[in-house]
Amino acid sequence: MKPAPFEYVDPRTVDEALDHLHRHGEEAKVLAGGQSLAPMLNFRLARPAVLVDINRVAGLDGVTETNGALRVGTLVRQRHLERAIDGRFPLLAAGLKLIGHTAIRVRGTVGGSIAHADPAAELPALLACCDGVILTRGRRGERSIAAAEFFVGPLMTALAPDELVVETRWPLPAPGTGWGLHEVARRHGDFALVGAAALVALSDGQVRSARVAVFGCGATPTRAAAAEATLEGRVPTVALIDDAARAAASKLDPHADLHASAEYRRRVARTLMTRALSDAISRASGSAR
Amino acid sequence: MTPRLIRLTVNGRAYTRSVEPRTTLVDFLRDDLDLTGTHVGCEHGVCGACTVLLDGQPVRSCLLFAIQLDGAVVTTVEGLADGERLHPIQEAFREHHGLQCGFCTPGLLLTAKAFLEEHPAPSDGEIREAIAGNLCRCTGYHFIVDAIRAAAGGVRR
Ligand SMILES: Cc1cc2nc3c(=O)[nH]c(=O)nc-3n(C[C@H](O)[C@H](O)[C@H](O)COP(=O)(O)OP(=O)(O)OC[C@H]3O[C@@H](n4cnc5c(N)ncnc54)[C@H](O)[C@@H]3O)c2cc1C
Ligand code: FES
Ligand code: FES
Repeated sequence: MKPAPFEYVDPRTVDEALDHLHRHGEEAKVLAGGQSLAPMLNFRLARPAVLVDINRVAGLDGVTETNGALRVGTLVRQRHLERAIDGRFPLLAAGLKLIGHTAIRVRGTVGGSIAHADPAAELPALLACCDGVILTRGRRGERSIAAAEFFVGPLMTALAPDELVVETRWPLPAPGTGWGLHEVARRHGDFALVGAAALVALSDGQVRSARVAVFGCGATPTRAAAAEATLEGRVPTVALIDDAARAAASKLDPHADLHASAEYRRRVARTLMTRALSDAISRASGSAR
Repeated sequence: MTPRLIRLTVNGRAYTRSVEPRTTLVDFLRDDLDLTGTHVGCEHGVCGACTVLLDGQPVRSCLLFAIQLDGAVVTTVEGLADGERLHPIQEAFREHHGLQCGFCTPGLLLTAKAFLEEHPAPSDGEIREAIAGNLCRCTGYHFIVDAIRAAAGGVRR
């Protein structure tokens, strides 16, 4: 199908973009990479009166590192970040490679994926996993929102309609932190049916910190608090990892759809958490030596 | 709604056209510029038939609006051959039967071109991953992989 008619504006500054959003309210939609929005327009699942294209807004495409965190401008393309990470954040690099295909990542933006908040998307889960932060701007000023508060439902966030995501902040895992990421998708590049990410730090053979996030398994990306609590302060044996994944899986609230039942998702989530944690722990112990 | 004048370069040639905001790049190429080599299948980014190069990088032309592309440089399948001489990747597809009906072919050629520029000596696994976003209903992909492998090594058998 073809999109319904819309007006098009392409502001050059954040303030101009915010003015448009304020003026048109619910009638306006922000256009970033268009890799999620354009399909919805083509299918007329979205019929905004005005498209506010932010691709020409200056100053939103930087990748910098300050205070131990990667600061990623909202317009940074997924493909660009893949290269710019340069070994600093292997979990994020691995996650980016799982998004669609090269041609999708060439246009798709980091901030667009976060603002879109697809429960099966990689980046929202990874931002939650590393305790990242979303920076927004509205006419009333800036907000800094923790990932844990930002994602409130499927395609729903704490963002107001007249606010923009301007940046995401990704705290770099401390040196020696191990990582793991596993997902199950029909084909390479498809959205995950279920996925799990883990970051684990060890000290003296014990788990100092464990962070686990599950995606494609419920309304939002979910931190597996039960798994984290089971592991922390203990020696990570195969049996303990298994306990941790089982405890966390029982707390999940998976959804059912055409592709998988809720029970299937829970079982796959448990297996993927086990794998992600095992990888993270073996990477952490490998680099500790 | 309110049309706007855009200037862009397609296959080395400059065009100036007035476009309506909702015109996708693929419809613009096919209907306004008569460049019907770029095919349109799913219109939601999944099939890869509409893949073109934007400033040298592969993109889905069904997910871009022409109005966004003032000043852009686009390459479509029509821009690959040099007069009557096929591009080496096209030659490899012909030689290795990398196409049947040809619907997927323009998107695959441009995807392969961008891929080979970055991976001059790819493994079969890398080739398969690179074309995972281009659906072909005819060939079963084996001959496409053969063609891309051959194109990588210069055109040989
Ligand atoms: C074939 C295909 C496969 C895909 N596979 C995957 C996959 O495996 N995993 C995955 O995670 N994603 C996948 N995607 C989606 C892709 O990652 C998108 O890039 C992403 O979901 C949205 O980013 P975008 O920049 O394209 O945003 P857009 O499509 O432009 O926007 C998406 C939404 O976010 C809003 N928005 C965007 N930027 C901002 C901002 N700065 N402030 C406020 N609101 C904003 C828009 O208004 C819109 O509602 C796939 C897409 C396609 C077409
Ligand atoms: S028509 Fe663009 S990807 Fe299918
Ligand atoms: S040759 Fe027919 S779809 Fe690929």
